[in-house]
Parts: sequence; structure tokens; C-alpha cells
Amino acid sequence: MADFIQQLVEGLGSGAIYASLALALVLIYQFTGIVNFAQGELAMFSTFIAWSFVQAGVPFWLALILTLAVSFLGGMAIERIVIRPVEGAPELTLVIVTLGLFILVNAAAGWIWSFLIKDFPSPFPESALHLGGVSLNYSTLGVLGVVAAVMGVLYALFRFTKIGLAMRAVASNPASARLSGVRVGRVLALGWGLAATVGAVSGVLVAPVLFLEPNMMGGVLVYAFAAATLGGFDSPLGAVVGGLVVGVAETLAGAYVGAIGSDLKIGVPLAIIIGVLLVRPQGLFGRAAVERA
Amino acid sequence: MRNPTRTTVRSGAVALSVLLAAAACGRSESGGPTAQGACAGQQTTGITASSVKLGGIYPLSGPSSAYGEIPKGVKAYFDYVNAEKGGVNGRKIEFTVRDDGYQPPKSVEEARRLVEQENVFALFQTLGTPTSAAVMQYANQRKVPQVFVSSGASMWGADPAKHPWTIGWQPSYLSEGALYGQYLKADKPNARVAVLYQNDDFGKDLRAGFTKAIAGSSVKIVAEQTYEVTDPSIDPQMRNLAGSKADVFLDITTPKFGSQALAADARNTGWNPLHIINNVASSPTVLKPVGFKNVQNIVSAAFFKDPSDPQWADDAEMKQYKEKLKQYAPGLDPSVPYYTQGWAAAASVTKVLAAMKCPTREGLMESARNLKDVPSELLLPGIVMNTGPKDSYPIESLQLQKFQGERWTLFGKVIDTRVGL
Repeated sequence: MADFIQQLVEGLGSGAIYASLALALVLIYQFTGIVNFAQGELAMFSTFIAWSFVQAGVPFWLALILTLAVSFLGGMAIERIVIRPVEGAPELTLVIVTLGLFILVNAAAGWIWSFLIKDFPSPFPESALHLGGVSLNYSTLGVLGVVAAVMGVLYALFRFTKIGLAMRAVASNPASARLSGVRVGRVLALGWGLAATVGAVSGVLVAPVLFLEPNMMGGVLVYAFAAATLGGFDSPLGAVVGGLVVGVAETLAGAYVGAIGSDLKIGVPLAIIIGVLLVRPQGLFGRAAVERA
Repeated sequence: MRNPTRTTVRSGAVALSVLLAAAACGRSESGGPTAQGACAGQQTTGITASSVKLGGIYPLSGPSSAYGEIPKGVKAYFDYVNAEKGGVNGRKIEFTVRDDGYQPPKSVEEARRLVEQENVFALFQTLGTPTSAAVMQYANQRKVPQVFVSSGASMWGADPAKHPWTIGWQPSYLSEGALYGQYLKADKPNARVAVLYQNDDFGKDLRAGFTKAIAGSSVKIVAEQTYEVTDPSIDPQMRNLAGSKADVFLDITTPKFGSQALAADARNTGWNPLHIINNVASSPTVLKPVGFKNVQNIVSAAFFKDPSDPQWADDAEMKQYKEKLKQYAPGLDPSVPYYTQGWAAAASVTKVLAAMKCPTREGLMESARNLKDVPSELLLPGIVMNTGPKDSYPIESLQLQKFQGERWTLFGKVIDTRVGL
């Protein structure tokens, strides 16, 4: 029994990591209506910026705040420079642009910081909590806590603020939004900036566990997509629940389903993506798109 | 009986056909120029009296890109030889590096570009097992040397008749696995071993060498886990292994996963096995991010001198390496063993180039397959290169090492794994 709970805890731990990046994916989808394949790489890049600050002797928390600010501005700048010229183009064009961004950011990070792995300080204590044969790392608890907080903030933003309303309008119908006086360009830039900031939080959370190097987020991104698909691309709560479910499903399947083992673990998120798209394309918590005939 | 007229006629015919071939299209059977005289008919693409072109393929990007540091050491050695020794036998070495991102289809594409567009003389170092395996087929069809493959897979030397154009360099993973098996049999005869290995030819080779060495002894494998290079984290596997309560952990991983496994082992204070980590993940660039205090007394194996080991501080080869690396590749930290490895491999290939009887691709392979107790810079004392018609593994000796303080400390003797296998 203790062993099962331990596996569950491990699953929640990796699930929280997937959820943190899924939140950024959901956020940018909410703002702009596109899936951003470069989100993981932007998060990695932000983490390298934080690492550089820490290396330069800046205290961790100050470095974090600086990084979040830089990421926000960087995200807005990317929207201005890279996305604005293709604004209004078919979704496929935008997706291809984000794929290009993925490769560019990855290569740029390798060029600047090299591909040697770096250690990243953890903001949480290294020890673990022992409860009846189950050990729970403080870092796992910390990641879960931060993810919950970010989720709450995003939910409030989407639900209760004017900017949230504007952004939902922009995502659902940019032309009408513009006619109603919403400054579409500014909202889109804000979306990229906020998503980059949430991504930076995700990168800083996972770096102490996965070790920092330019390909750190590559594997995580697949799982984050599975999480967002499962939970629904327009729901922060869904992203978090989706992330945790994917993490737990993957860990338990790896540990207890002999035929899957650790060899086929990577298949679990892919099976989830396909299954959800077949059965409930809007995801568990998502709203189905309704179109007037 | 020897017939002088006939010989003249025959060599005349050979010369004529070479001339005709040259006149017709200037290309040999495999597409390049050929030699005259004693080495007639052999390929001379990429080699002249004053230069020789080599091409290397490494993952400069992608998940295994930590190895992308190796060619910088190679380049520095060639620059040094070109500038201070006038090259090899008067030939300056031109070294072109290509990036395959550790993706086999890209490796073949890059090999084609190097061979067909850059017209390199030989491929020197293709890095990685799946990538080099893909290039191996191409190189052998095309009859282009693929020398000193930077991977310890056993396949480079497994069938010289089928793949005469390919040869490895470092000790094979089979040998390394066998070494760990022999070590446990002697030192921990009742060891219960948990194994983590990368699910590919590299991981399976090392595990196979280990399993073969412990067969019939009371050393037993009690738990095994694999991972894919696409996995974000190996923590779940580590959790499952910890459950086995094994007293030895054999860690067969590439650098990033090596760091993760070491960190997971350090975090789990309830499980403290003897941690054996394979050579490819034993670099301080892997250990340092985990924290040296967390990796004390782990065991690995080595075949070249560790630049941070003070016992080589006054070693002439090491001093030369550090001094010349600083001069020809400023900004590189000489204590990173990837540079040392690149330097050592470049020094070895330079010896093979120098010993060529014919300055041809055929001559290079003949030279690489005819090494007799050849020492090479930066290899551990007692380790020499040996090859022969039936032996296509240049280096087959290793020494065990233990991590103490901030560096590896060698222990035991240099072990020739051919004896044990």
C-alpha cells in the first residue's frame, strides 16, 4: 500500500511539472487562439536568464522577479516582431511560425549558454517529509503549491477582469472585438507576455529537478500538450487536473502494467491525446465551440 | 615463372585504363580520383601532397548535444599540429564538423554532404551509436573510411569483412560492462544489482557485457528499468529501482540522465547502494551540477587521463595538452574531459595518418587495422592501441576509478578486458 501511495506521489510530482507548462499553453490559447509550440523553449530560455542572474550574484528571489519581468517584455516583443506580421493568417501559418520559433530559441540558447548541463538552485528545502513509509519531497509540495497559485490567478484573470473579457473576445472573434473598441494588438501582446511569464515560472520550477540545458523542456512539452488536451485548452483548472492525471497515469502504468513498463511510458500521454480528441474534443473542463449556422 | 614483358604490358594496361578513366570522367568506380604508381587504383579523394580533409559528425544540437564539445578538442589538436609540426607528413589537416542533432537520417545526410560535396578523405569521428550505425552502411557502400567512431558499441569491429571501412576507437561498451561485472565478482561477490539502462544499442551492449561477466557467479541482477532518450525525467524509474533494496546500482546512462540518476540517488536517503556509473556519464560536467558532495565514492572506469587529476600535473602530455588547448582554443576549460577525449582521439588518428604506406583511403584503413602496441597521447599509462586483421577494437583496456573529493581517483590495475572475455 505504501508503495502504491509512493507511486501516486511520484506521479503527482511529475504531473505538477506538466501542469505548470500546460498553464502557459492554456493561457496563450485563451488570448490568441493558437497553440504555441515554442512555449516550452521560451520557458527554457527564461530559466537560462534566471540562471545567468544567479550566476552574476543576484539573490534568488530578486533574480526570479527580474526574470519574470524580462520574460513578460520578451514575450510581448516576440508578438510584435514575429507574430504581428502574420496576424490574421490561417491558424496553420501561426503554428508553423511557432515551430520555427521553437527551433530558433533552442539553437540560440545552445549558442549562448552551450549544451552542457547546469544546476539550478531550488527555492525549496532539499529534504523530504516522511509519513508512514511514504516520502514526500518538499520540492514536490512547493511545485504543487505554486502551480495551484498560478492557476488561481489565471482563473480570476479570465473570469473577473475586464482584460480577461477583452481577451476572450479577441480569441473568439478578433474582427468583432475590434469593432467593439477592444485594442486587439495590445491584447495579443499582453497574452504573449503573460504566457511567457507563466512559462518562466514553469521553467524555474522544473530546472532543479530536470537540470538546465537547452533541451530541458522538449520532453515536458509533449506531456503538457496531453495535459491541456485532456483538461481542455480553455480552462486553467483543466490544465492542472489534466497535468496531474497524465503524471499519475504515466507513473502508475509504468510501474504496474507489465506490458507498458518504462519502455512504453511515453505512449501514455499520446494515447490520452488521441482518446480525448476522439471522445471529448473540448477536453474534460473545456467548453465546446458552438457556431451559429 | 615471371615474364617481364607481361608485367610491363599489364602495368601499361593499368596505366592506360587509369588514364582513360581520368580522361573519360576523371572519376574512379566510387566517383573520385585514384592514385598512380605503387598504390595505383586506390582512392585519393580529399588528400594531396599538402593537405588532407577529414569530416566529423556530432550532435551540436539536440538531446545529446553535450558531446558537441568533443570536436572542439579535436580541432585544437589539429590546429596545433598544423601550426607547429607542419601537419602530418607535410599535409595540413582540414577538419570539417557537421551537426546531426543525434538523428540518424540527418547523420547520413551530413555524411553524404561531407563525402560528395566537401570531398573529404575520410570521416573521422561520427558520434553516437544509432547515428554512426546509419552512416556505417553508407560509408561501406561508398568505400569511404569511417575511422575511430566515437561510440563504444561493439558493432564497429564485430564484422571487419562486412564493414572493412569502419573502425571504432574507445573500449567497447561490452568491455566496459564486463569490467564492472569482474569488479563486483571480486569485490562484492554477493552483490544484488539494480540496473538502469538507456533503451538502445548502447544501453543493451553495456548491460550484455555485464550480464555475461556475472553469469554463473552469485552476483545477481534484482531489478531492471529502462528509459527512452525522450523521457523528461527518470525519477519514476529510480523510484522503482529503490524499491528493490539492491546494494549495487549500475547506472547506464548518457550525461543528462546520468545527472538525474545521481541526483535521485542522493535525494533518496533511504537507499544507499554502491553507485557504478558508466564512462560516458562520468564527466565532471555531469557530476558537478549534482554537487560533488552527493557523488562521493561512486565508481566508474576510464581509459584516458583525467585533466583534473593532480597525479598528471607534471605529465608531459597533459602539460602540452593544457598549454596548447589554451593557445589554439582560447576560452575552453581544459579540465572538461570532452576536450581531453577529442584531443586524444585526434592524436590517435594523426598517428594512423602518419603511418599510411599509401596516401589513399585504402592506405588509411590498412594503417588503422595494423596498429601494434601504439601508444597515444593522454591514454592512461599501460593502455596502447592494438588492431589486426581479426581485431578491430583499438583500445580494449580500462582502469576503475572512484570519485573522491572533487575528482576521480584511479584504483586497481589497468585491466585488459580481452583476457576476461
